[in-house]
Amino acid sequence: MSSVAAPDRTATPASESVRRSRPPGLSRKHREWVAAGLFLAPDVIGLLLFVGIPMVLSVAMSFFQVSGFGSYEWVGLGNYERMMNDPLFWSSMRITGLYVVVLVPVLFCVSLGLGLLVKQKLPGMGAYRTMLFLPYVISLVVVGLLWKFMLDDQVGVVNRAMRAAGFDGRSWLGSPSLALGCVIAVMVWVMMGYYMIIFLAGLQEIPNEYYEAARLDGAGPWTAFRTITWPLLRPTSFFVVLMATVAAITGGLDLVFVLTNGGPANGTALAIFYIYQQAFGFGEYGYAAAMGSFLVLIMVICSAVVFKLTRGGRFDDGE
Amino acid sequence: MASDTHAVTARRPHTERRPHTERRSRTGRRPRTGRAGLTALAVVLSAVSVFPVLWMVVSAFKTRSTVTDGKLIPTEITVQNFVYVFTEVPFARYLWNSFFTSAVITVAALLFHSMAAYALARLRFPGREKIFMAIFATLLVTAPVVLIPLFLVARELHLLNSYAGLIIPAIFNAFGIFLLRQFYLGLPKELEEAAIIDGCGHWRVYWNIVLPMSRPILSALAVFFFLANWNAFVWPLVVTNDEALTVVQLGIASFQTQYSSNWNYILAAATVAALPMLALFFTFQRQIVESIKTSGLK
Repeated sequence: MSSVAAPDRTATPASESVRRSRPPGLSRKHREWVAAGLFLAPDVIGLLLFVGIPMVLSVAMSFFQVSGFGSYEWVGLGNYERMMNDPLFWSSMRITGLYVVVLVPVLFCVSLGLGLLVKQKLPGMGAYRTMLFLPYVISLVVVGLLWKFMLDDQVGVVNRAMRAAGFDGRSWLGSPSLALGCVIAVMVWVMMGYYMIIFLAGLQEIPNEYYEAARLDGAGPWTAFRTITWPLLRPTSFFVVLMATVAAITGGLDLVFVLTNGGPANGTALAIFYIYQQAFGFGEYGYAAAMGSFLVLIMVICSAVVFKLTRGGRFDDGE
Repeated sequence: MASDTHAVTARRPHTERRPHTERRSRTGRRPRTGRAGLTALAVVLSAVSVFPVLWMVVSAFKTRSTVTDGKLIPTEITVQNFVYVFTEVPFARYLWNSFFTSAVITVAALLFHSMAAYALARLRFPGREKIFMAIFATLLVTAPVVLIPLFLVARELHLLNSYAGLIIPAIFNAFGIFLLRQFYLGLPKELEEAAIIDGCGHWRVYWNIVLPMSRPILSALAVFFFLANWNAFVWPLVVTNDEALTVVQLGIASFQTQYSSNWNYILAAATVAALPMLALFFTFQRQIVESIKTSGLK
């Protein structure tokens, strides 16, 4: 700890003249400490109050039954026992698992594909980038509303187009598995532009000379991608997989709310949705906190797995 | 045609850092069919991406009887839906609430985050790295997971059903601190050091030297924060139930449950809620894209 401030000790005598004009009692070093404390105070207090304490509280609450407003009753591991035996919770975990396992790879591939595409120098590429990114700036509530309209059984434009093409319309949001597919597809549509930009930034960092050399060696586009792009893009890929996984496990609440409200037959009730329902629908704060803590645990494990699989996004293979 | 446009694009100054001499010879050899194919692909994908938004906006101008007619070009155009939305529910109030909270959050967040980032990047004090790591670790704690305890904390602090409740908890996130710290680490120190030697306090160094130098990243983050908070739904849903405090996302969500099959009204409301963000996006597209790029590169 003190080693951080150590180099400063040697600098103090040099600024003796400055020091004399300051109020006595505080050395320059200590003034810097005070300044740092004041600069950091708003954010540190805020983060402590609205992120740190809630996090600890979340775990603490999971051992209590919180009834109504304010009365806490110690139940030990009771909430966790209940969780283990709650078929609806496990169904929500299964749906979340399916959602993550499908969404993350699809989103990854689509965004990487788009990144590779918009990296090309084609006429009008600026406009294409803009249009591909556009859905990201729209709120998930609006997104939910507009897709609900488009996916409507009777009047939706999707079924209209299918019927026009000679197929039968489907009840997109009316069957559990199709509805989950719709949530995933809509999420890909929303997020693809964001990750496309991140991939584009990563791709633009790769020197063109490498591709030139590969071309001179007679390598085709696929070989160039496999031997240059893919390995050099590893830090970006790691970042995208990590972000997308964390966002998939804990996000999507707004979209599910508006698009399907968890239905049909709980088919799109993601874990985070079920937890929300238990807490704010039924006032089961303690139980919801237990499930929330469990979800955080899962998220940490998933992040660790992603980290392990991508070796933390480092370029080199060993070490 | 293809080679002409290519020559133009090749000569145009690029934002990329790489020299383009090699690139020119490489792309020059690519078969024209390949370029045409890629262009066609880009056009089709862009159309797929934009179509739903376009469809929403177009449908918002249709009448009650034609909103579900499936035509991209409306047969008759009306603005009655928008009038209805603004007269039936206090939609202007919703918009104001969203604007006000997002603006205050953005300004406060930029100030606090840049202060913290300056301290973490420049000032020397014991425990600096530990504090930074602790702040960084909060990035993993995503808002939905701590929603319940956050609600209880807000209740204890008497923040429920108030602007303060909408605003204060939304200010603090480590993402902004992290990006700003990275930016400050990359700034040259000389000016600040000279000012310190001249007897400037740390606050004056921060306010008069560091803040003006960080205008590009601050404007990028400002757009980003405003966008994120305008679009926020879950926290406002949890922390308010007062009509006077309803933000626009909540407003359109409850509007939808009230007017469930009147798609012309719902889509008009949704369009009004989305329009400011679309305008912001088209105005500050570069800033948004740049801030995302920085976040990915670290």
